[in-house]
Amino acid sequence: MANEGLTIEKRDDGVAIIRMDIPGEPMNTLKSNFIDTFTEVYDAVENDADVKAIVFTSGKKDSFIAGADITMLEAVETAEDGERLALEGHKVMNRIENFPKPVVAAIHGVALGGGLETALACHARVASDNKKTQLGLPEAQLGLLPGGGGTQRLPRQVGVQPALDMMLTGKQIPAKKALKMGLVDDVVPESILIETAAELALSRVGNRPKPDSFIQQLRDKEAVTEFALSKNPVGRKILFDQARKQLHKQTRGNYPAQDLIIDIVKTGLEDGFEAGLAAEARGFGRLLISAEAANLMSIFFATTALKKDTGVDDPEVKPREIKKVGMLGAGLMGAGIAYVTSAIAKIPVRLKDRDADGVLAGLRYVRGIIDGRVKRKRLSDRQADALMLQTTGSTSFQGFQDADVVIEAVFEDLSLKEQMVRAVEEVGRDDVIFASNTSSLPITKIAAASKHPETVIGMHYFSPVHKMPLLEIIVTDQTADWVTATCVALGKKQGKHVIVVKDGVGFYTSRVLAPMMGEAAHLVAEGVPIEKIDKAMLNWGFPVGPIKLTDEVGIDVGAKVGKIMVDAFGERMSQPEGMSRLIEDERYGRKNGRGFYLYSDKKKGVDESVYDVLGVKPDNKGVSDEDIAWRCALQFVNEACRCFGEGILRSARDGDIGAVFGLGFPPFRGGPFRFVDQVGAKEVLGRLRELEKQLGPRFSPAPVLEEIARSGQTFHGPDAIQPGQSKGSHSQNEPRANA
Amino acid sequence: MESNGKRVAVVAGLRTPFAKQLSAFRELSALDLANLVVSEMLQRVDVDPNEIQQVVYGQVAPSLQAPNIAREIVLATGMPKSIDAYSVSRACATSYQSTVNIAESIMAGAIDTGIAGGADSASVLPISVSTRLAEALVAATKARSIGERAQIFAGLRPRDLVPVPPAIAEFSTGLSMGESAEKMAKENHVSRKAQDEFAHRSHSLAAKAWAEGKFDDEVMEVFVPDRFKESIREDNLIRKNSELEGYAKLKPAFDRKHGTVTAGNSSPLTDGASALLLMSEDKARAHGFDVLGFIRSYAFAALDPAGQLLMGPSYATPIALDRAGIKVSDLDLIDMHEAFAAQILSNTQAFESKEWSEKNLGRSEKIGDIDWDKFNVTGGSLSIGHPFAATGARQITQTLRELKRRDGNLALCTACAAGGLGAAMVLEAE
Repeated sequence: MANEGLTIEKRDDGVAIIRMDIPGEPMNTLKSNFIDTFTEVYDAVENDADVKAIVFTSGKKDSFIAGADITMLEAVETAEDGERLALEGHKVMNRIENFPKPVVAAIHGVALGGGLETALACHARVASDNKKTQLGLPEAQLGLLPGGGGTQRLPRQVGVQPALDMMLTGKQIPAKKALKMGLVDDVVPESILIETAAELALSRVGNRPKPDSFIQQLRDKEAVTEFALSKNPVGRKILFDQARKQLHKQTRGNYPAQDLIIDIVKTGLEDGFEAGLAAEARGFGRLLISAEAANLMSIFFATTALKKDTGVDDPEVKPREIKKVGMLGAGLMGAGIAYVTSAIAKIPVRLKDRDADGVLAGLRYVRGIIDGRVKRKRLSDRQADALMLQTTGSTSFQGFQDADVVIEAVFEDLSLKEQMVRAVEEVGRDDVIFASNTSSLPITKIAAASKHPETVIGMHYFSPVHKMPLLEIIVTDQTADWVTATCVALGKKQGKHVIVVKDGVGFYTSRVLAPMMGEAAHLVAEGVPIEKIDKAMLNWGFPVGPIKLTDEVGIDVGAKVGKIMVDAFGERMSQPEGMSRLIEDERYGRKNGRGFYLYSDKKKGVDESVYDVLGVKPDNKGVSDEDIAWRCALQFVNEACRCFGEGILRSARDGDIGAVFGLGFPPFRGGPFRFVDQVGAKEVLGRLRELEKQLGPRFSPAPVLEEIARSGQTFHGPDAIQPGQSKGSHSQNEPRANA
Repeated sequence: MESNGKRVAVVAGLRTPFAKQLSAFRELSALDLANLVVSEMLQRVDVDPNEIQQVVYGQVAPSLQAPNIAREIVLATGMPKSIDAYSVSRACATSYQSTVNIAESIMAGAIDTGIAGGADSASVLPISVSTRLAEALVAATKARSIGERAQIFAGLRPRDLVPVPPAIAEFSTGLSMGESAEKMAKENHVSRKAQDEFAHRSHSLAAKAWAEGKFDDEVMEVFVPDRFKESIREDNLIRKNSELEGYAKLKPAFDRKHGTVTAGNSSPLTDGASALLLMSEDKARAHGFDVLGFIRSYAFAALDPAGQLLMGPSYATPIALDRAGIKVSDLDLIDMHEAFAAQILSNTQAFESKEWSEKNLGRSEKIGDIDWDKFNVTGGSLSIGHPFAATGARQITQTLRELKRRDGNLALCTACAAGGLGAAMVLEAE
């Protein structure tokens, strides 16, 4: 019997296996018709006297249910419709929970969101011990909350604290841990998963096990804490207050979903399951139409689309296979790239540095990251040793003869990079790709040193490489499509979101970051207290304040890049005069422990002496937090718009992804282009013009903004403007020399 | 043995620096060392790992954790897991054996590409427990109560708890290697002076070879895992400024009163690994490899360990030469493993003696005269060091590369081994 992806297999022992296998999809998701199909199938097994017990499982190879169909959620237009959708879902889940015959979920692969909620509604759960088996409620990451009863069933299953932790962070739990925390009842090899679930289901026929007695619960130390905290009113208050405090430290109130989850769990605990479910459905509807959810979902869709993007427009172009990567420079960047290549992409790396000490430092760094995984029990010692052998060190070009791609992360010096190009082409294959990890030098110039410039490309990673999720690939007019596609494929294998941008000074990411950091410097020069600036931007949603970031990047590096930017783009990139005095005062930022902030063990916070160096008196009045946020954010957004207009970006989507994953642009705002679409181009333009009047031409609006404000177009959606159409008068298309 | 286009080609050879016991490699097991040298060799040679069909590898000091070192190498270095692998042990001639096993598989047509080699650590060793403690521990696993268990251990004496290091003495005779060398020195009348002179020669030649860059491409630089705090580029046992007088000052190590064998004229305890990439001649040529050379013939021989234990080279060599159809005078190079200067000089004496040949081999001709300009010309185990299982492959690579430099064609590598064994291999450049 088949019904839209649900099949029933009746076995001789009285167990009916319900298998979910949505045709034509790689993974199961809960679509709008799931309510009908589930009802129909459960009706059938309920009325069948031969069926004594049910095993619910997936027919997909390596996944259970990946969650609700996000396209369906996105289509919901009103909060009421959203609430109704949740309430309908609750009916199905309640039906399973109250089913007269035992229902056991057999889970292999991901059980996320609605998938885990379905499993939670079953009477018991058995999971496979496979690495792919991961359980979680990631809705909050999309600005939503678990709307299939998860906010009520999960705390009742595993306790309030672990449940909040899972729902607020969206983290995924591997099978072994799930067993330990009581999320599943048994963990077995995949080969006996169905059989074990069937046995468990049969053993429950006619005898539903009672919940553990009070005394039994007291034996478990974690249960005692849980009891102390959640089962009495005082403890409960402490628990929820703590959770909220913890949350606000991170979200600063920008993420309403997390707050609602805490509320709803509390409601369920205090007013009962039914009240909890009602609150859940109401909250779900409210969040579904929120701007935050729309933006977070748009990022989800963008990353999904990016995964399928080869990075080139010609669909005929295929990436070439990469069997070996050569890495020049074993500093933090080089070693980080070596790690993601060898340990994540599983491609052997030849790591070269000038001398043995350099190679040792790089290998030590790679080993350090691997050791971290051993400590967290993600790897065994043996696996770690084997992984480490995939990066071999060298002080010569020996071993580069068969590299498919060579990435350089040597010192930022054009002649040195040119030397590397020539050396690689001498020892390497004729079609070896030379990728530069420069963050400031134009790729076109590096390519000029090459005998075959079509194989030269930029691969701009972010530090620390193994943690930062973005890779910005830079192509010149000469870069061959197959080269771009091959490097994009490599970046994806390294676990990165990959955007492809055109060559130009600062590419995309460095270019949009510079004017925001510059604006922060202008604010300091005006006497706005440093902590006030950083706090305003943290509240706006950035993970790090711009002044703190300047310290991290290095004040000297910022000045150097600033000069390159001014040369290329003119005065709008210039920094206030006082900044050069910081360099004279040997304030380079965190790296030498002298910057805007203090870096001694005893004292933290702003280094007040910096104001004297700059010749300003900090004054807490005058500029409001909102003004600070608008000024800094608009510099970022405006420059992003220029990049779009000049055709540096291939799409607004890439611009949003680059800003969110590379520069920490607030994800709940969806990226600079979503932001403009949401606030309205007219509004953004108006504010820029106002600031231009007050503060000067560095706020003159990007031509593309004027254009879409006039035409009523947007960056996203059906009426979207195409990139590269609005170059304007004062921007250069070609990267200027002397970088 | 030579067969049309079916000769066995040595495509590449590499080794780690050989390091003094408990120096740079103090934390690395034989397997760790083997993994380093095999991965590095695969990085340097333009060969697709999918082309490799077999790995035969060896170590002399056994590993209790990973007894089949060859297979562990395949699994740890990221080679295709489908590659067959097994381990061999033939004491100091172990990597002769692993090389021959790959060679024979190639000649039989079973495979066309394989990796051979050997590794040993004198620093990370399997220390075992006394026989009585071992018995007690095994018995304790069968005990049914705590009382029973206590009774088992109560029977032990303090001396039973002393750990037992691996033996360096012959199992059958109880004589250590050094004592055997001492015995040979006395019976063959090899003087202390001659031994010291030979050791001095070995160190001087090895130091010269390094200085001239001859070893640069056959020895890898090791960045020492897991700490990656130090790297080692060269062998660290070679005396760079060797002076003959220095050797004379040392006291005899095995016979304090009448002995002549000292630490200075014996090979030292060493950590290291080596590897060879072997291929059928046809395939190597088809892929356009610049091969190091070919294996022309080989032989193993054995003698009574109660006699002169380390005379193996004199027994194995004439057989290998016969199989190659050549004489000592046809050779452009000889590389004889230097376990002890006394052993080398006993063997060279035997090579040149018609009487020895008649008596011990039943052959009417002497094996052949030694041309010292062709004998161990870039140093040997006395100076470079001797990580037991790694030495044979070290000799093969070192000899073939020297053969090329000299534009020579034929060479002999030979070694003695515990148990009275001997190995010999004839190599040719073209």
